[in-house]
Amino acid sequence: MIEMFEEWYKSRHEYAKEWKDKTGGKVMGFFCTYVPEEILLAANVLPVRILGSHEPQNVTEPHIFGMYCPFCRDCLAQGLLGRYDYLDGMMIAQSCLHIRQAFTSWKKHMPPEFTYYLPMPHQVQSPRSIPFLRSELETFKTAVEQWVGKEITDADLDRGIELMNASRQAMRDLYDTRKTANPPMTGLEAMYAAVSNQWIDKAEHTAVVRDVIQKELPGRNLGLEGKTRLMILGSEDDDTAFVNMVEGCGSVIVTDDHCTGSRYFWNQVEPEEDRLLAIAKRYITRPACPTKDWPQRTRLDHVRMLAKQWDVAGAIIIQQKFCDPHELDIPEQRKSLDGIGVPTLFLELDVTVPVGQFKIRVEAFLEMLAEDDLF
Amino acid sequence: MAKYPTETLLSWSKAKEIRETYYKNYAAAHDKGGIRWVGGAWTFDAVPAGLGGDVYSLTSEPYGASCAFNKDFSTRAMEAAETAGYARDLCAYMRNYWGSILMNEYAFGGPFPKPDFIWQDHICCSHAKWYQVVSELEGGIPMFCVDVAVGPAEPFGTLTEAKIDYVAGQILDGIEWLEKTTGRTYDDELFIEACWNDFRSTSKWAQVCELNKAVPAPLDEKTMYSLYVLATLQKSWGVVADYYDELYDEVKDRVERGIAAVPNEQARVMSDTQPPWSALKLFRYLEQYGVVSVGSLYTFGLEGMWDFDPASGDLVPRPMPSKKPTTREEAARELVRWHLHKPEYQHFYDCDYKSQMMIAMCKNYGLSGVMLHYNRGCEGLSLGIAENRLAIQETGYPVMTFEGNMGDEREFDLGRTMQRVDAFMETLGVKKVAA
Repeated sequence: MIEMFEEWYKSRHEYAKEWKDKTGGKVMGFFCTYVPEEILLAANVLPVRILGSHEPQNVTEPHIFGMYCPFCRDCLAQGLLGRYDYLDGMMIAQSCLHIRQAFTSWKKHMPPEFTYYLPMPHQVQSPRSIPFLRSELETFKTAVEQWVGKEITDADLDRGIELMNASRQAMRDLYDTRKTANPPMTGLEAMYAAVSNQWIDKAEHTAVVRDVIQKELPGRNLGLEGKTRLMILGSEDDDTAFVNMVEGCGSVIVTDDHCTGSRYFWNQVEPEEDRLLAIAKRYITRPACPTKDWPQRTRLDHVRMLAKQWDVAGAIIIQQKFCDPHELDIPEQRKSLDGIGVPTLFLELDVTVPVGQFKIRVEAFLEMLAEDDLF
Repeated sequence: MAKYPTETLLSWSKAKEIRETYYKNYAAAHDKGGIRWVGGAWTFDAVPAGLGGDVYSLTSEPYGASCAFNKDFSTRAMEAAETAGYARDLCAYMRNYWGSILMNEYAFGGPFPKPDFIWQDHICCSHAKWYQVVSELEGGIPMFCVDVAVGPAEPFGTLTEAKIDYVAGQILDGIEWLEKTTGRTYDDELFIEACWNDFRSTSKWAQVCELNKAVPAPLDEKTMYSLYVLATLQKSWGVVADYYDELYDEVKDRVERGIAAVPNEQARVMSDTQPPWSALKLFRYLEQYGVVSVGSLYTFGLEGMWDFDPASGDLVPRPMPSKKPTTREEAARELVRWHLHKPEYQHFYDCDYKSQMMIAMCKNYGLSGVMLHYNRGCEGLSLGIAENRLAIQETGYPVMTFEGNMGDEREFDLGRTMQRVDAFMETLGVKKVAA
């Protein structure tokens, strides 16, 4: 069962195409996890997060300035190479400038039938942001209705909310199993589960997560007890080769703070009569992306909480090269984790990672963590 | 013999004096019992003006540019920021600014003057985060930041009432915050007057820029940098608004008398994004070819307020609001409505919007080509620049690109850039002329 996540990770395009053939529905590519998928699900649209393929490419140079992050270039490359040619729509919720550049270039050169820019507010710590986002969700809902040719009713929205909430709760429960001294799953398996959740039909994905939790994980012993417990945090990260290398050095990754991981599913929509208001509140109050984490640094407390609850010995801070929002957080994030006795290793990721070089650094980091036990 | 007559700009020294006074006022504010605040060049500086006539600001981007002009100071500031753990590829202005705090050195002499509060706005990823770090480095300066990223304005989008409500609402909350933070009573009349000055400054600067449609161009971009900067310092300051009125009259007179900025003008180009401030001689090098850079969407629209009319395909200086606001709420809404039309805000939502405005400039200012600065120092204004290049080229205008950094001279190679200019001039069919 748990292998299904890896299979989904690797066959994302085939899955979406088959879903289209099977359901006749529309597929929406999205660029940022602030996209309110509840509304898309309410319209029977399959939301598919656009991610890169971690391969060298030569098609984005004319479109994106070299100081923009490798992730946005990798995403745009997927579009220019036609790998998402099955998309009916494509959208972004306002977050960082770099991924926005990938969206606008893609839209300009390979436009699907529907595109949408959702001006997700940045000042999520202001109470003004909730009514503003609610208003923008109303406009977005209308645009989706016109696109799919069908009214989105309250019952539809309830279904979208329930699907998302069920998925989020299942993923939280899955992550909770990793709190144990002998985690029943690896960090790599968790990454496959979390990332594939961003493009697989929610009901289908949730059913497998539930099955894994109930039937596969109880009693599963991978011999991870005693391995150095790590968390990973920072920029977008779906680099399975990297995670595999880190765990191959004698560690186990037990939690994360990534938009490709726990930030995506952390909090629920609290249902209320005004469905759009409820959805707006959820996205405003979710664990913040660094682009929206101001004036207070709420991420520091959230990350410390993860580190404590998942009992980590160290943290690897991952930053996509040129990722300004994370670069602006990392010095404080390191101080913050150091303050609770969680040492950090900082690594800068590109489209592909230099596994050999990084392995030496990770091994050194793990050795350093182990010294505490020796002396 | 020169093709056109030229003259020194009479109001030049006044612009310099205003700038100098501005920086001195900030440094000396506490000596007179006044208040010091800091924020970005795009912040709504009219709002703190309501706290009284003894409230002085330091805007961060022009300060960072001033640092960059002083290579030694800038290098030390950069290294101080890097030593503190901040990445080398972050905004160069920001690193100059942080470095000044870390070194405790003001670029204009003396220790770095600590602000009383931070009043910022946010559209670029670095804006709010910049001051989050400033607050931390200064030991916890109170900070308020207004999010203005609500989507494009007309004609590219629609500024709905909900969008205005969001931004204006933050400003109104901010006024209450200012009162609590400073312990002062807020004066709405001062605020309204400052808003009006803001409209005057930014509208008039656009009108000044528009005069550069004339052949010969009355102003060159290198000179314009020293003029537009006043609006980046404090657009709501009456002194700045009055200066732009005076400048407009002088530049208009230059046009009427055929006074050129570059006496041998034989070709016209425009640039884009902030220049490498430590190497403005690049623009003087253009003059050897009789080429004038008439400006850019950056110099025109960073602070200048324009309306883009797709039907006529031109940028038109935005007319002043028909009447002065009478209440705090009205002023806040008018201020928001005004600034959300800023040309340099629009490309944050789609590179095509900027391409349309740049192509309009190519057509209406009689340009032969465009020089794009791929600016490693500013991810915000570099957003979409590669697509701008493609779009401008598609309309038939030659484009030269050069990579550099507005504020970190370690990332700019003047010699190689001049060689690129030589090649570009050859493309344009322009040869060097006698001065």
